This record gives sequence, structure tokens and C-alpha cells, in this order.
Amino acid sequence: MGGFPILTAMTFLPLIGALLIVLVRAATAGSRAAADDGRQNRAILMASLIISAATFVLSVAAFLSFDASQPGYQLVEQHAWYGPISYKLGIDGLSISLILLTTFLTPICLLASWNSIDTRVTEYVVAFLVLETFMIGVFTALDLVLFYIFFEAGLIPMFLIIGIWGGKDRIYASFKFFLYTLIGSLLLLVAAIYMIQAAGSADFEVLEQYAFDPGIQTWLWLAFLASFAVKLPMWPVHTWLPDAHVQAPTAGSVVLAGVLLKMGGYGMLRFSLPMFPDASAYFQPMMFALAVVAIIYTSLVAWRQTDMKKLIAYSSVAHMGFVTLGIFAFNETGIQGAILQMLSHGLISGALFLIVGVVYDRMHTREIAAYGGLVGRMPIYAGFFMLFTMANVGLPGTSGFVGEILTMVGGFQAATWAAFGAAFGVIFSAVYMLTLYRRTVFGEITNPHLEDIKDMNRIEWVCIAPLAALTILFGIAPNLIFAVTSGATARIIALMAGGQ
Amino acid sequence: MLDTQSILQALAPELWLAASGLILVLVGAIVGERFNSLSYKVGALVLFGAAALSAIHLQGGEAFNGLVKTTTFTNFTKVISFTLAGVAVFVSEGFLKRHGISRYEYPLLMVLGSLGMGITLSSNDLMTLYMGIETLSLSSYVLAAFHRDSARSSEAGLKYFVLGALASGMLLYGASLVYGFTGTTSFDGLTLAGESVGAMFGMVLMIVGLAFKISAAPMHVWTPDVYEGAPTPVVAFFASAPKFASLVVFANVMFTLFGSVIHQWQLIVAIVAGLSMIVGSLGGLTQTNIKRLLAYSSIANVGYALVAVAAGQALGAPALLTFSTIYVVSSLGLFAGVLAMRRRGGMVESIQELGGLARRQPVFAIAMTVLVLSVAGLPPFGGFFGKYEVLRAGVDADLVPLAIVLVIASVVSLGYYLRLLKVMWFDEPKEAFERVDVSVLGTVIACAVVAGVVFMIFIGELGTGGWASYAAAGLAP
Repeated sequence: MGGFPILTAMTFLPLIGALLIVLVRAATAGSRAAADDGRQNRAILMASLIISAATFVLSVAAFLSFDASQPGYQLVEQHAWYGPISYKLGIDGLSISLILLTTFLTPICLLASWNSIDTRVTEYVVAFLVLETFMIGVFTALDLVLFYIFFEAGLIPMFLIIGIWGGKDRIYASFKFFLYTLIGSLLLLVAAIYMIQAAGSADFEVLEQYAFDPGIQTWLWLAFLASFAVKLPMWPVHTWLPDAHVQAPTAGSVVLAGVLLKMGGYGMLRFSLPMFPDASAYFQPMMFALAVVAIIYTSLVAWRQTDMKKLIAYSSVAHMGFVTLGIFAFNETGIQGAILQMLSHGLISGALFLIVGVVYDRMHTREIAAYGGLVGRMPIYAGFFMLFTMANVGLPGTSGFVGEILTMVGGFQAATWAAFGAAFGVIFSAVYMLTLYRRTVFGEITNPHLEDIKDMNRIEWVCIAPLAALTILFGIAPNLIFAVTSGATARIIALMAGGQ
Repeated sequence: MLDTQSILQALAPELWLAASGLILVLVGAIVGERFNSLSYKVGALVLFGAAALSAIHLQGGEAFNGLVKTTTFTNFTKVISFTLAGVAVFVSEGFLKRHGISRYEYPLLMVLGSLGMGITLSSNDLMTLYMGIETLSLSSYVLAAFHRDSARSSEAGLKYFVLGALASGMLLYGASLVYGFTGTTSFDGLTLAGESVGAMFGMVLMIVGLAFKISAAPMHVWTPDVYEGAPTPVVAFFASAPKFASLVVFANVMFTLFGSVIHQWQLIVAIVAGLSMIVGSLGGLTQTNIKRLLAYSSIANVGYALVAVAAGQALGAPALLTFSTIYVVSSLGLFAGVLAMRRRGGMVESIQELGGLARRQPVFAIAMTVLVLSVAGLPPFGGFFGKYEVLRAGVDADLVPLAIVLVIASVVSLGYYLRLLKVMWFDEPKEAFERVDVSVLGTVIACAVVAGVVFMIFIGELGTGGWASYAAAGLAP
């Protein structure tokens, strides 16, 4: 690619696009104030779709110029910025796979909003595009402070997305989301400052090589955990997630479950393991215990939910428990499984939220009890719903299966009891997902409003079908992902071993 | 012997302000009412001129046998403070005209107040220090009561005056104790003085007096009342230029005068910082008046700045300059934003009145959002880097508990910053504000761009390693 700064371009393209949309909108506001509102909204959405699609193309280009056989960071761009802080971007197998997930899901989110968002569309797409910049930035940043800036700045657009376009209790949910996440990340900031002072640089590659004193590592590790545990989220700091999910608009839920949660797992893999290997080893049993509790407890909680989105939100917490389990197994199987589980959960939960959104747009309720017998009226919908239900349960042939089995195998090698506990989650997930499916899709139509409900339209098709295709593809050929991530995984394990 | 060259080198901006101030009085007295409108532009220009002079004489110097001594540390502060004071004069005119209190004394008082700031910053002697502080304070008391037909404004002026006089008394008493036990009023001589109990007692009293001037807890109680009662453009001035100058004076006194006894005052300043952060963050949560809310926000921010002071000179001075510069620019922008809140001819100050601002005036709302987030210290805006600097100074100086308090206070205070955002973005629109003066709206946007974006991109030039470090290097090691 020569000297073209493709990572910078990819990261900031959505932001620049958002600024352009604002400028164009401001310039035309006076002249067409009373003009066709609906047509204008469509035009804005279309513009944002083009921008996010272009970002996706750029990220694919970055992926193509990325050499998966090389471990370590590639396509690095570095400029001095501020004292020990530099503007440094780069990717490895772990980050490029999450970047692709981000750039892939964002256009889908915008498309899914085509019919469901009709107020303040300019602000909506601007918030989404700005959020995309921050999300990509989190995965490309190779400087601790730069990472932190992207990590925390992403809260602002998400706060607005939940607060403006959310449901009835959106304000409570948006505040809770913001404050919960913020307190964790500020502790991370204090730890980051300490690390920069000790190592003299905020560069990931320097920090990875720097051996922190084991006593200090414990505190730093805990401060980082405070941030990542809230973000992931881990039991018992997961309670913001169901509120945020339930209140957020459909696309907000998709991006929240699809990408924002992954930042927690990404953070653990990028910081906790390679930079604090001793503390990670020390806390391994605790993390296993928390993961197992999360898997079992939130699965049971999910079972009792009456709200479809809340059910999927709790199921997200349980699935993130598998990610924790895999990461802290410290072996290749576990970590590869955790990465795959993150990607697969991004696709599956994103799709499930879209699927809830499909019926929510028609019925304006998420109550499970309001549905039933959808299969007769919406056969295609029922088919997709079935696919993702099975994927979420972890049926072989879907990506969900590969992620769960690998994290459990990895966990089994590290601690038998942890894998034993986690296995219950697989059973429980079948219980709650099949219950949900049975009560909404099968049975007799009891709600008269359902009599003339329409099946999925073309836009919904376009949103959900690619997710379905990828879910199956990665279920059958997970090696496609492992080929990309194996270098990064090996590197993390090597850095851990080097530290201990 | 008077050495004109060295006096000019050390005191050019103050001489310029004093001369301009006297000329303004004369012109005003002769020309009368017709001068009112022009006086704002002249006043702003005078202040910008003073800022330029400070920049030209950035190196500073010593004059009057060491009564005044300016360094890059203080001159950097002067450049920023005078500029902000000029902007504050610039945005005031519309408000004062509408309230029928537009008089040439207003810019004059701001010029004289700025003269006081300049002298305080240049002081190298307890007497100069006191003189400067009183010049600034007396101008401020009058400014606070400038809307003399308004009971609120008069009350604010009186409260400020009574409590301010008490604080000045404390400061003076402390200064006299320090003098009594060390035998000199010069900062240079004092740095060598020992740690006699009397002198330390004087030091504590001086801290009390100075803490009042920067509105640090527990000497903060006047702040919300004065901010609420005083005319809004006056508050915009208070919250920017004198705030910055006083903070740097506080630091200057601690670093130069008491620099050798940091072990004696570090804990005191740390406690004052912690209290300010706690009071400022908790106190703002229940406020419904935006000026009171911003007053608490300023108390909390003074607390953050004091963390840098407590970190000591080497670590704290650049951090203090970086943090304060970014903060006061944002703060000026926010109060200019309050100036823009007008409906049916009257000012509105309730937070609820901002309802739905984002739909009525999106540009204004975006600028206010950037300013609020910058003051809150959220990335990616400039305010984050200020807070980052302070946190770093605190952590490096092993003040980790204080750093944790800072973190918690930031989260708590976010409760009210987010409430502002919520009202602006989530609530249903109220009727639109009246047309905003171009100067006010321009100031809000300019402050937002500077504090939010310029300081972010050029933080390397401003912060540690950049101008702030260069300025802090002017302090004697």
C-alpha cells in the first residue's frame, strides 16, 4: 500500500463522513426546511450507508495487506504526539478480526434503521458514524492513552443513541450505562498513568516487554479488570447491560452486543495477559469462578425473562462468560476459542436483536407473551429465528458451537471444575432459547393483532441473511478465523511465558 | 535607582493597563455617556494589548529592588488571563445594554481588575502580593454588584465584599506573622527562612486567605451565591481570567515563598484539594440554576488544579498550567453560553430551560456539549488532557489516594454534566431562545473549538514538553 496510511483512513473515514453530513445538512436546512422530510431522511441514511460501506471496503483492504503468517503488529503508523504518548496505530490478527466485525456490523445497523428511525435522523447517523470511528480506534490503537481515548469517547455517542432513540426508561438506562462504564475506565486511566511513568512509554510494544513488579501487577491488573469487567460484562457488574439493551433502539443493541462488549475481551487479551502475566495467573481461579457463576446464574435469569430483549441480554452475559473462561485458560485452544466466541457472538446476538427488532417494529412490544404462532404468518422469519436460536444454543455446524466447545476444552485443560460448571451453561442456554422460540414462534395465535402480521421485507432480509451466512460459514470452517488469529494468539502466550 | 529598561521588561503589561485605565477614566469623565458603547471595544483592545505585551516580554525580569519579579511562569498566565478578560469584556456589551446598565465604568473595572491580576502575578514580596490581590478584589466586588438596581446583584456584591474582606484580613494577618518571624517580606529572603512555628502559622493563614480567592473548599461558600447573583458576563469574567490568575498565584506563593517547606503544606493543600473535589461534585448534583451548577463545577475543578499544586513544583507546575488553561477557556465558553439563554426579553437560568436545545439550535447545542464534556474531562476533548496531566502529576508525586478521590469526584460530577446533556438532547423542546448576539454565539463556538479540538490536537505543543513546561521552567528550581 506504499505510504498510504490505511489504518488512519479507515479509522477516521466515518468521522469525516459524519462531519460532512452535518455540514451538508446545515447548509440545506434553510432552503428545504419544509421539503419532503421522509425523502431527506432516506438520503441521509443512504449517505451514511455509503460511508460505512466504504469503511468496510477499507478495512477489507487493510485485511488483504495484512500478513497473517507474521506475528506482531503490522501496518504500523506512528507520529509523536504528546510526551511519552504517540499517535500509533497498527493491527494484528486479533484486532483485524474485530475491526472487520465492526465495519461489517455498522452498515447493517444503519440499514436496519431504515424504517424504524424517523426522528432526528441526521443526529442518529452522525452518532453511529462517530461511534464507528471510536470503535475502530479502540482496536487499532497501539498506544495506551490513545486506546483509552477511543475506549471512553465511544460512551458519548452510545449515551446519545440510547437516550434519544431509546424506549420508555431510556434516560435511566443511558445514565446507568455511562456511569457504570466510566468508573471502571477511570480506574484504568490511573493504572495507565502509573504504567507510563514506570515504563517511560505508552507504546504497547514497550509495555509488553516491560516486567512490572508482581506486587504492583496485582493492583494494575485489578484496575484494568474494573474497566473490562464492566464492559464485557462479567457477573456481578453486568446489571447495566439488560437495561441498556432493553431501552436501546434495535441498531443500538446490535452494536452494543456486537462490538462494544468485545472491547472487554479484547482488553483482557491485549493488556491483562501479556502485560501482567503474574497477576493473571494469580487471579485465574477467581476469573474462572466468576465466569462459571456468570454462565450458570445469568442463564437461569435469562430463563425467567418475559422481555425478549432482556432474555438475549442475559444470554449475552452468559456467553461472555465463555469468553472469560477461554481467555484465562492461557492456552492456545482457549484463547482461539475465546476470540472465535467473541466474533460468533457478535454475529449471533446481533442477528437475534435484529430478529426481535423485526417483530417489535410491527407490534411495538417485546413481551414474549404477546407473541405465539408466528410460524404460520412469518415462515421465513421463523426459519431465520430457528437458525440463530440454534446458533446461540451452540448447535454443531454453527459458529456458536465452535466457540463454546473450544473455550470449554481450553478451560478443561486448565481447570476441570471450570469446564464442568460451564457445561451447564450449554444445557441452560438450550432451555431458555428453546422456550423463547417455542413461545413466540410455535403454538396457536392468541393475540388477534398477529393475524395479519407480514413476513420479513427486503431490507430485513438484506440485514439478516449475511449474518446467517457467516454464522454457518464459521461453524463449518472455523479455520478461516484461526488462520488469521493464530499468530496473535501465539504471541500472547509467548509474552505470558516470557513474563513468568 | 530606577532602571527604566528593567522596569519595562518586568512590568510592561501592568504599566500599560494602569495608564490605559487612567486614560479611560479621563475620557469617560469628559465624553460621558457617548463613550459607553465605544468603551467596550477599547477595553477589550487594551486587554488584548496587555496580553501581547506579556507575550513580548515573556522572559520577564526583576524591578523595584525585587518587589516585583516576573518569570515565564507568570507571564504565560498573564497572556492567557488578559486574553480571556478581553473576551469577557467583548461578550458583555449586549447583556449590559439590555439591562440598561451599560456604562463605561464596566470595561474600566475589568481593566483595573486585570491590572490587579497582573500585579499579583508579578509580586515577589508580601506587600506587592497583597496590593495586587486587593486591586483585583475591590474591582471584583464592584463588578459583582454592577447591576445595582437588582437586589440579587447587590446582595452578591455585598456578600462577596464582606467575606472577601475577611479573607483578605486572614491573608494579611498571615503575611504579618510570616514577616514577624522571618524578618523579611521578600519572597527571595523567605525561601531561606527556617520553620519556626509562628511562620508556619502565618503560612496556614495565608493559605486560608488565598483559598478563599480561588474558591477552594472549605472557603468556597460564597461562590454559588455570588455566581448566581452577579450579572452573567461578570461571572464569565470571574470564572475565567481571575480564576486562572489566582490559581497560579496560589501555586507561585506555595512554590517560591514556601517551596522549601513543602512537607509542611503538602498535606494541607491535598486536603483542601480533596474537599473541593468532594464538595464541588456532590454540591452540584441538586442544583437547578445553571450558574449555581457551574459554580460547583468550578469548585471541583479548582480541587483538581490543587492536586497539581500538591504534587509540588517540578511535577505540578506544568500540569497546573495545562489544566487551568484548558479549563478556563471551557469555563468562559460555558458562561457565554448561559448569556445566550434569553427568552421573551428576560434571562433564563434554570437548567430545564435548555430543554430540547439540540433540536432548536443544533450548532449551539453541539458547542455547549463539547464544552460540558471538556469541563467534565471526557476524552477526546481538551479537558481530558488537562485532567490527565493533573492525574499524572498526582500519581507521580505518590498522591495516589488523592488521585482516586479525583477519579471518584469525576464520576460523581458527571452526574450533573450528564444532566445538562440530557436536558439539551433528550428532553422535548421548549420555545426557542431569542436571537443570540453574534459575539456571544461566536465566543461559545470559538471556545468550544479551542478547548475541544485545538487543545486536543496540539496538546503536545501546549502541555508537558511544550509551552507549559517552558513556562514552568521560569520558576526557580
